[in-house]
Order: sequence, then C-alpha cells, then structure tokens
Amino acid sequence: MNLTLYVWRQKNADDKGRMETYAAKNISTHMSFLEMLDVVNEDLIEQGIEPIAFDHDCREGICGMCSLVVNGRPHGPEKATTICQLHMRHFKEGDKIYIEPWRAKAFAVVKDLVVDRSALDRIMAAGGFVSVNTGGVPDGNSIPISKVDADTAMDAAACIGCGACVASCKNASAMLFVAAKVSQFASLPQGKVEASRRVRAMIDQMDVEGFGNCTNFQECEAACPKEISIKFIAKMNREYLKSSVAPSKG
Amino acid sequence: MDTIQVSTMSSHRPVTAYKSSIGMKLLMGITGFTFIGFVTGHMIGNLQVFLGPEKLNAYAHTLQSLGALLWIIRLSLFTFFAVHIFFGIKLWLENKASRPIPYVKEVNVESTFSSRIMIWSGLAMFSFVVYHLLHFTLIVTNPEYAVLKENLDVYSMMVVGFSNYWISAVYVVAMIFLSLHVNHAVFSMFQTFGLTNAKWIPLLRRIGNLYAILILVGYVSMPIAVLLNIITLH
Repeated sequence: MNLTLYVWRQKNADDKGRMETYAAKNISTHMSFLEMLDVVNEDLIEQGIEPIAFDHDCREGICGMCSLVVNGRPHGPEKATTICQLHMRHFKEGDKIYIEPWRAKAFAVVKDLVVDRSALDRIMAAGGFVSVNTGGVPDGNSIPISKVDADTAMDAAACIGCGACVASCKNASAMLFVAAKVSQFASLPQGKVEASRRVRAMIDQMDVEGFGNCTNFQECEAACPKEISIKFIAKMNREYLKSSVAPSKG
Repeated sequence: MDTIQVSTMSSHRPVTAYKSSIGMKLLMGITGFTFIGFVTGHMIGNLQVFLGPEKLNAYAHTLQSLGALLWIIRLSLFTFFAVHIFFGIKLWLENKASRPIPYVKEVNVESTFSSRIMIWSGLAMFSFVVYHLLHFTLIVTNPEYAVLKENLDVYSMMVVGFSNYWISAVYVVAMIFLSLHVNHAVFSMFQTFGLTNAKWIPLLRRIGNLYAILILVGYVSMPIAVLLNIITLH
C-alpha cells in the first residue's frame, strides 16, 4: 500500500514549523501506524533527511505516550484506540494522511510531533494523590468498598493521561483529564477525605496552565482512547460546587 | 532550569470561585437559566395574541400594574444579561487563546453546530434584544406606535409591527438564532450544574432539541400569523 503523508515538521520550540509531504511506500496492512512511521523514517534517513520525531513508549495502548492527530482526530479515526494500536488496515491505497501534533497553548511543541505535556503532571502534583503521611501499608480490603463505587473509580482511573481530550477540544480544555483524576479519588473512601481541597487545587492548576474552558462540546469523550465519559465532568462540577459552598476541613 | 510552580493541597490558597473556569461557567448557567425562564414566560404571555386583543391587552395591563416589581424584574434581567454577555465573551476569548496554532485538518466528531456557534448566536441575540427594545418598548425605530403604546394596545402594535415584511424577517431570523442558542444551552446548563449522569446526558440533549423547536415554533407563529392575515386588526 502506498500513501501520501502531510507531516508537521518543526526543528524546536522556537521554529515556526510547516507541513511537509512524504511518500510512504510498500506499507503492509499489518503494521501499526507507528511502525508505518518507522518505515518512513528509515527511508528519510537513507535520503539524508532528519527523521520525523514522535512520542511513543509501550506501543500497546496503556502508557499514554503516543500523541498524533491523524486527519484532524487525536489517535486517528478508530474508537477507543491509541495511535500505536491503530493498524494500517484501516487505511487504503492512495490515502492522504495529515499528521499533526496535539495543539494547545499549554502543550508547547518540543520537536515535530512531540509536545511537552508536563502541564498535566503539574495538575497531578497539585492534588492528584492521597496523602498518607505515616504508618505502614494498610491491610488490603480493610475498608469495604461497594462494587458500584469501585467500578466508577476504575472507569475514571482508566485515563492514561495522554491528553487526547485537550487535543480534540475546540477550546483545548483539560476538563476530561482533570475530571477523571478528581472522580477516581472522590469515588473512594480513601480519596474522599481530601476531596474538597483536591478539586480546588487541581482546577486552580488547570487554569494556571492556560487550558481552555469547557463548552460541553463532547469532542473529548469521542477522542478518548479509554472512552472516559463526560459524566465525570459533571461529577467534578458537583465536587467543585460542594467545595465552594461547604468546604470540608480535610 | 525553570522553577515549577505548583500549589499543592497542603499549601493551597483558594482562589475566588468566580475567577475559576468552573466558577465562570456556573455564572453562565445560573444567568442562562433565568433567561430560559424569561424566554418561556415571554412566549406564553405573547401567544395570547391568538386569543384576541382583550386577552393580550389585559395581560399587558397586568404587567404594567406590577409597578416597582416590574422594575425589579427588569433590572435583574438587565444585570444578568450583562453578566452573561461579559463572561460569555471572556470565556470565548480565553478559549480562543488556548489554541494559538489551529489544526491544518480540522474535523468535528461529536460537537453540534449549535454548540460551536454559541458566541455568534449569543451576539445575534444581544443585537436583537437592543433592536427589540428600541422597536416595541422604547418605540424609537417606529415612533408611529406612540398612540398605541400610550393606550397599551399591545395587540395592535404587534399586528402593525409584523405586517411589515422586513420587521417580520428580522424577528424570524433572530428566533432561529435563539433556537440554536437554547438548543445547546439546556444540556450545557445541566452539565455545568453537575446535574447529569450517563443516562441523563443523551436525554437532556433531546430535551434541548425539543425545547429549541418549541421556542422557534411558538415565537415564529406570531409574525407568520400576522403575515397570513390569521391575526388582523379589530
């Protein structure tokens, strides 16, 4: 299969950047999208052109490192699929494919398709944890948790922090990411203790980082490779309202 | 190396809620909710035009006789309107700034047309409200209504006003924008208030669609009825 790629090339953060056109030749339908880029890069190296830089790590859809906007859609056209798990059988001979980095003020381009997502780490550092300041490891199952609550927390915790929600949002808002993290803790007794302070700390950090605001477009849910529901955004809004009206001491 | 600034939970200093992203959204939701109430009430009140001049003019007299209460309602609506517009524009500007470099290939997957044009349908509503007040309330654009206005003959004002094709066209176009605006507003408001879950999100979207259609049909029926001579001067 032969394809035409339009790829964003940018030397470094200060470079203006531009789209470049490359031919992807003899691509097997069994390859993943990233393997296809590996093949293109080998071609580029042989031609003496700098290979395309892109983020990747586990290549099995669980680490949240890969981050390509393919034909305007973060992680490409398949539902619930990271770009590393997208296979070339979803494309056909002669396809034109646009490959761009995550676009957001809070995610500066480092090089080509690699962006700096440390803003998400700083939101986590602001409140995405449970404070356990002393004592040994608590016994497993010492705090009974209902199946419903455990499942809700697990659904939220499925977030791999890739930032596709930000990339897909018309406002580059990080609400789905923050909502997943806030809800994951707020659904469990261990996390409820600090729920009030947590939601405010994480939202404040989100605002400081320069992410946009939520317009309830629902684009994030469609782009999320882990299918995190926007119901968690409603949950976060409830948590925020609760913490504003009646902040707990925790 | 750059210093990383993070306000952790322990040293956390709460910012004033209205400055935060969710705080501003809540203000949009609360003010928007009152407009949904107003828009619904205003439509039901005016639909009495189909019941004849006595009914509609009696309704106008009842509103006028509220006296101070009417002014409290007017001033509250005006304040809420100003807040809604101020934060609507502020949020829109912030959202624009959050993505300085646009995508070369831009696609829409889940977002609706009405959700993407909220700022434009909103600004269209603002322009319309200014015109509407100049037209029927302050009678600046059509001073010939002055006698009718003095007698509180709202019925005749409506018939005379909508008999003009251009005026009717302005009202119909404005109501299309209003309909688009509330189509997204209903769901968005409940979501911002946190009053949704997986079951209610699709339901509220449908309720929003239905409400938008009701508003459009209800309001547009009045100029159309005048133009089709279903409602005439008595």
